[in-house]
Amino acid sequence: MKSYLEFESDIKVLEEQLDKLKDPFNNEGLAEVNTEKIYQIQNELDQKLKEVYSNLSRWQRTLLARHEERPRAKFFINNLFSNFINLSGDRQFADDKAVLVGFGVFEDQSVLVIGQEKGDDLDSRIERNFGMMRPEGYRKCIRLMQLADKFNIPIISFIDTPGAYPGIGAEERGQAEAIARSIECSMSLKVPNIAIIIGEGGSGGAIALASSNKIIMFENAIYSVISPEGCASILWRDPKKTLEAADAMKLSAQDLLDQKIIDEIIKEPLGGAHRDKNALLNEIKKSIRKNLKELSELSREDILDHRKQKFLFIGRKKGLIKDINSKDKMTIEENIFSNIKQKINKNKIVIPIAVALAVLISLILLYL
Amino acid sequence: MNWITKFIKPGLKTLLKRQPKTEEGSLWTTCNCQQLIYKEDLHKNFFVCPKCETHQKISCRDRFKIFLDNNEYEILKTPSPPDDPLNFVDTKKYIDRLTAARKLTKQDDAIMIASGKLKGINVTVGAQNFSFIGGSVGSASGEAFICGVQYAIDNQTPFIFFSCSGGQRMMESSLALQQMARTVLAVNELKKNNIPYIVVLTNPTTGGVSASWAMIGDILIAEPKATIGFAGRRVIEQTIGETLPDGFQTAEYIKDHGGIDLVVSRKELRDTIGTLITVLLKKNKTTSIEATNENQEDLKQIVEVAS
Repeated sequence: MKSYLEFESDIKVLEEQLDKLKDPFNNEGLAEVNTEKIYQIQNELDQKLKEVYSNLSRWQRTLLARHEERPRAKFFINNLFSNFINLSGDRQFADDKAVLVGFGVFEDQSVLVIGQEKGDDLDSRIERNFGMMRPEGYRKCIRLMQLADKFNIPIISFIDTPGAYPGIGAEERGQAEAIARSIECSMSLKVPNIAIIIGEGGSGGAIALASSNKIIMFENAIYSVISPEGCASILWRDPKKTLEAADAMKLSAQDLLDQKIIDEIIKEPLGGAHRDKNALLNEIKKSIRKNLKELSELSREDILDHRKQKFLFIGRKKGLIKDINSKDKMTIEENIFSNIKQKINKNKIVIPIAVALAVLISLILLYL
Repeated sequence: MNWITKFIKPGLKTLLKRQPKTEEGSLWTTCNCQQLIYKEDLHKNFFVCPKCETHQKISCRDRFKIFLDNNEYEILKTPSPPDDPLNFVDTKKYIDRLTAARKLTKQDDAIMIASGKLKGINVTVGAQNFSFIGGSVGSASGEAFICGVQYAIDNQTPFIFFSCSGGQRMMESSLALQQMARTVLAVNELKKNNIPYIVVLTNPTTGGVSASWAMIGDILIAEPKATIGFAGRRVIEQTIGETLPDGFQTAEYIKDHGGIDLVVSRKELRDTIGTLITVLLKKNKTTSIEATNENQEDLKQIVEVAS
């Protein structure tokens, strides 16, 4: 049984018709394969898909990013890496099954793979805690990231989580500290790390593993500071305003590329990643290959520096800044123009006063 | 005296007199315990309610004033990235919220950095103001934090930060989220330079702030009864569907679970942090050096006399 999103009702009707036509034996009456009709409906379906999917709103993308059948981290790990061995445990408390971590091989190159896994059916979803990691999970990642750093092995992480798990035990064992340490560890690695956001990039739970040299996003993935539902219920005081919240937060891949937070977007097949999982694999392979090659040319120190500069640059305005590439300074120095501009912006009253003064002086000069 | 002078005159006077609209104008204030407190008493008591010991949220300037030697501090100018990068509008425009917050707090953004002395040692201090959109962190706050860290590194001073925030600023969405990585990056630089980094977690420190720079201080100190945690209380209750234990996520609770080093009341913060810094920087001998200097002078005098 396929599952459809609320905006796919037309597509659902067409696909059901198509399935019926392709399977004449289960139909009533005369059994005959009507090839012409199949072609016609297939065309109509393609048209409809294109129509719906060429202009998705941010909220629709959010639904797509959470789609039940969307390929999960496990799918990519199984299909992209050979010799993957899943390692477990933080050596302190437990093993968090919401994240898969292990060494593997990508095209003859050793890599550490981290994947936040949501699970495919109800049982596995419960086992994986719906992809919501606990402190143990982050500590497991830290342990293995440090190991990868030691052996000079690049790290590839697949991000797909609604957020870090909010629970009593998680808080008691230091959820906040675990996330902070995970970011700290990611930011101090001297091996390349690449994060691929495949579904939901939920706030702190995502950035803990996405503080990386390269951040790649799927076309219909989302990455934001809070879920649209959360934002809507806090700012609009109405959890149903998700459409507005998603738009306001600008959480789609294209928005993030425009803000220069992510580096690359991987195109999804028409109708979302779940409609053709295998078509995606080639695209990801290409992207990982390209990025690994680009980063492998840097020395260990340069990799650290690359990451530092990348993050320092985020959110800074272009132009009017000097020393943006200075390696040991973290702050920006602004020049005189931006200072004056700011002062005028802050004291808007200055403008009319200045104009009035100028007019007065010119009048006086005229009468003299 | 008749009733006109007794009742109507003062009545008219109060009617005609301009009522102080702002809280600043009045001499009295109140606290969570709903008791009236004379403002000066509160100020003298480090903004801790003299009746119920609640540590009230305070502004950055007040924080610097009560924490640094002789109440002297110098505010550092921090860079200001573009306001409202996403043109965010909810029920209100973000830019309007910013303007209102700036007017209310007289700050550019939630974080302020100051330099000053603590027990005679130069320190760089940062603080967050909860009145500025819940102390939330956006680009400007992140930039201020990084600037403060850079100042501490350039001047080789310990960096002390008073966190007070609900988390990242939703109105800057992903840009705000990236501040978690950016600030941690700055903390890494502090640690690389072997500069003591002390965080004082004040009420409340939750969300993205606790999950980034606040929880990776060299030494973590909390003010009594401060709320410290990652997820909000309501979120946890909704997720697990049960009520939470008493005192959950308070400073004392976190300390019992090994999350932080100390719980110190505001009055003793100066002494505790001062002592910690002198020990960490191995400046224990300041008094004895003075003593030896005096001895040397004595010696000189003796030598002079002898010659």
